[in-house]
Amino acid sequence: MRNFLVRRILSGIVMLATLAVVGYALLRLGTSDIAQKIAGQSAGPAQVALVEEKLGLDRPMLVQFGDWFGALLTGDLGRSWFSGQLVSDTVLSRMSVTVTLAIGSVLLTAVFGVLLGALAATRRGWIDRAVQVLAVIGQAVPGFLLAVALVLVFAVQLDWFPATGYERFADSPVGWLRSVTLPIVALALGSLGGVAQQVRGSMLDVLGRDHVRTLRSRGLPEHRVVYRYVLRNAAGPALSVLGLQFVIILSAAVVVEQVFSIPGLGPVALTSTTQGDVPLVMGIVLVTGAMVIVVNLVVDVLQGVINPKVRLS
Amino acid sequence: MTTTLVTTIARRGSSGGLGRRLLRHPLGAPSLAVLAVIVIIAILSPWLAPMDPTATDVAKVFGGPDAEHVLGTDSAGRDVLSRLIVATAYSLAGGLLVALVAIVIGVTSGLIAGYFGGWMDAVSSWITALTMSLPGMVVLLAARAALGPSMWLSMAIFGAIISPTYYRVVYNSVRAVRSELFIDAARASGLTTTAIIGRHVLTAVRAPIVLLTAGMIAGGIGMMAALDFLGLGSASTPTWGQMLSEGFYQLTRAPLLVLWPALALGITMIALVLLGTAVRDELEGSASTRPRERSSWSAERSPEPAIVHAEPAATEPVLEIEHLAVAYPAGAGWTTVVHDADLTVRRGEVHGLIGESGSGKSQTAFAVLGLLAAGGRVVSGSIRFDGRELTSLDARAMNALRGSRIAYVPQEPMSNLDPAFTVGDQFTDPLRVVHGMSKQAAKEKALELFETVGIPDPERTFRAYPHQLSGGMAQRVLIAAAVSTEPELLIADEPTTALDVTVQAEVLDLLRDLRERVGMSVLIVTHSFGVVADICDHVSVMRSGAIVEQGPCRDVFATPQHEYTRKLFASVPQGEPRGALTEGGRP
Repeated sequence: MRNFLVRRILSGIVMLATLAVVGYALLRLGTSDIAQKIAGQSAGPAQVALVEEKLGLDRPMLVQFGDWFGALLTGDLGRSWFSGQLVSDTVLSRMSVTVTLAIGSVLLTAVFGVLLGALAATRRGWIDRAVQVLAVIGQAVPGFLLAVALVLVFAVQLDWFPATGYERFADSPVGWLRSVTLPIVALALGSLGGVAQQVRGSMLDVLGRDHVRTLRSRGLPEHRVVYRYVLRNAAGPALSVLGLQFVIILSAAVVVEQVFSIPGLGPVALTSTTQGDVPLVMGIVLVTGAMVIVVNLVVDVLQGVINPKVRLS
Repeated sequence: MTTTLVTTIARRGSSGGLGRRLLRHPLGAPSLAVLAVIVIIAILSPWLAPMDPTATDVAKVFGGPDAEHVLGTDSAGRDVLSRLIVATAYSLAGGLLVALVAIVIGVTSGLIAGYFGGWMDAVSSWITALTMSLPGMVVLLAARAALGPSMWLSMAIFGAIISPTYYRVVYNSVRAVRSELFIDAARASGLTTTAIIGRHVLTAVRAPIVLLTAGMIAGGIGMMAALDFLGLGSASTPTWGQMLSEGFYQLTRAPLLVLWPALALGITMIALVLLGTAVRDELEGSASTRPRERSSWSAERSPEPAIVHAEPAATEPVLEIEHLAVAYPAGAGWTTVVHDADLTVRRGEVHGLIGESGSGKSQTAFAVLGLLAAGGRVVSGSIRFDGRELTSLDARAMNALRGSRIAYVPQEPMSNLDPAFTVGDQFTDPLRVVHGMSKQAAKEKALELFETVGIPDPERTFRAYPHQLSGGMAQRVLIAAAVSTEPELLIADEPTTALDVTVQAEVLDLLRDLRERVGMSVLIVTHSFGVVADICDHVSVMRSGAIVEQGPCRDVFATPQHEYTRKLFASVPQGEPRGALTEGGRP
């Protein structure tokens, strides 16, 4: 297990480095007239030259890359070309909001996905059909459309939650909860059905296995057989799906944040990519990439906890 | 471009008969019909749109539905219906572009990597892992910054990002085909590499590709709408995403504006996903052919009565099975696996139930335990344990008997231990939960029993996971678990079949020993006369779900009367001692 983890961490670092090289090259070669954009459309050649000199854009590309990459190795993501702020400050403060949304919806998805999946597998009947309908909706209706629908019903019609905006937890815990509820639900609804279906499928598979019959032959009550033994055996595939959902939810969060005007990573990603703010875009790319790698690693470790065969080999 | 969808589905459908089956699927016909309408709207959109979708009318801003503007007008006085219709073509084209790019990249790379293997696959999976390490939206936004703001370019990149889905399917299929012998045969008969790939692989992956494509088009349309919603599309062409965004920000002034594009997008995507579901059902053959009402069970045939060797009744019966019939649902009716079986196990007796695999002997055993596989049912007859009818017992009462007074030893030791829990954990759990033992007492009991069944290092086995045990040790654990509550009746389903020949004799010795020590009766299911000769007092011979001959072992062995019993004897080498015969009837 330890060798496995070391290997995974090393491959994660290699992957991030590749991301950095390829991403920077593509972005830097793809942006033209960037100094003019930074200085503003009305700026004269002298001002543009000043900006170029200040940001070091007049130097050869390779030197610029070497500079940026060298700083990256020391953990310095540089400064935004447009705002001059430290990329790490911007990305980390925004990311905490996005990660809150993502973790909240993954947790919601996990709890209700497992519950619905287990009920669908053991009770069948209408719950089974409801899970299938949910899965189709989750797969077919994009997250932002669900978000719009939720706003229409719960914010505009019922006025239970604010339609847009974000309150910081430190300012008002209740206000914070109210402001993140609809976005989290919107994000979770998209994944819930798929996860429930996965749980249902693997539980049905496990329910038919020999060792379950043998446990039943020993007089264990059905609920203990299902919720202790079957669930544990079905947890592996469900966990993998949840890991994938985390990445999908990060994607959907960009748009959902836009719907609710939440100051997460999404709006910054939008403006920085539209402007061509290379250091900021690269900061976002690398930090999300690192986050996904960490999540995959956590999933692998948890798989080991669940499955002794993985852990002990 | 929009026509490709229709022709593709039509061509593939006619070639495989999938199309016809799809139309019969409850979801297939409606979703195909909806998609057909959408495709037609998209193709005819230049002529269908009643007005110029970009023509503004300042006098008619946020106009409600009227004769001229059926769905009203938007914030610039543009006709909503015309914009919706024109946007349909744009959305479908985007979805198809995504699917097309994904298919071209995924299928090609899958074929190459699968056929040539080695480093090609390593490179492919590394690139896949790289693209998967970022959320799709972040990749798209970054790519947009690097390569330019064209929506079509973004869609093509999205297609590339999701192409690994096709790659996996094609790659796995090629690997599977490659490992088949017929590739060598095909090569020997002079076919070229390309011809082999074309013939075998492309036929194998065609159906899954159709299935994936419905989802891909839906994903592409959704992603495109999301990008347009974010304001990243071109402002000159109307799109669903853009209309959604506008409607959303005008929610309070004109609530209907958000509804129309939401419906258009939702209906299109749901139709595509349902079509995918229908295709999958048809491919897997899992379409719900479940009839509303199943006919009630009736005996298919009454088997000839069993030949019974008479004997003086020695002890009282523990288990009495009379006229037992077990059936499983099949189509609109039933498949009967046990017909009219009679069997009595007396106190202290070892009763062998012998027959070929599929003869219904295990099903008889599971019926007694109340552990028939899903759907299986005792449709007729009675099972009495210690005078108590089991077939009408509720789940709770049955659970109280099972694992206490009736125990079970399974056939395949490795698959009958839960791989996720330690041996000790699953051994002691019923003792604690059902029989109220303390953790310590349960553990002591387990160690003591492990010792009894001949496990050399009980403490180590207790801590081990099942995959760390040998088959013989695992079977000893299961036997120990079964006798842990000193049951009156032990049902052993081929307890030695999966074991090495040397271990088989030891396990039989153990069972004989325990039977004397605990004083239990045993119903042992087997296909081996060696086992019967070794351990049984009585034997029942079963064939195709019916018992054909039964009686005391020595009588049946001395004078077998049914021709099937004689045939079973004839297939066993004569004069062999116990144990060594057990391989004989293994299917």
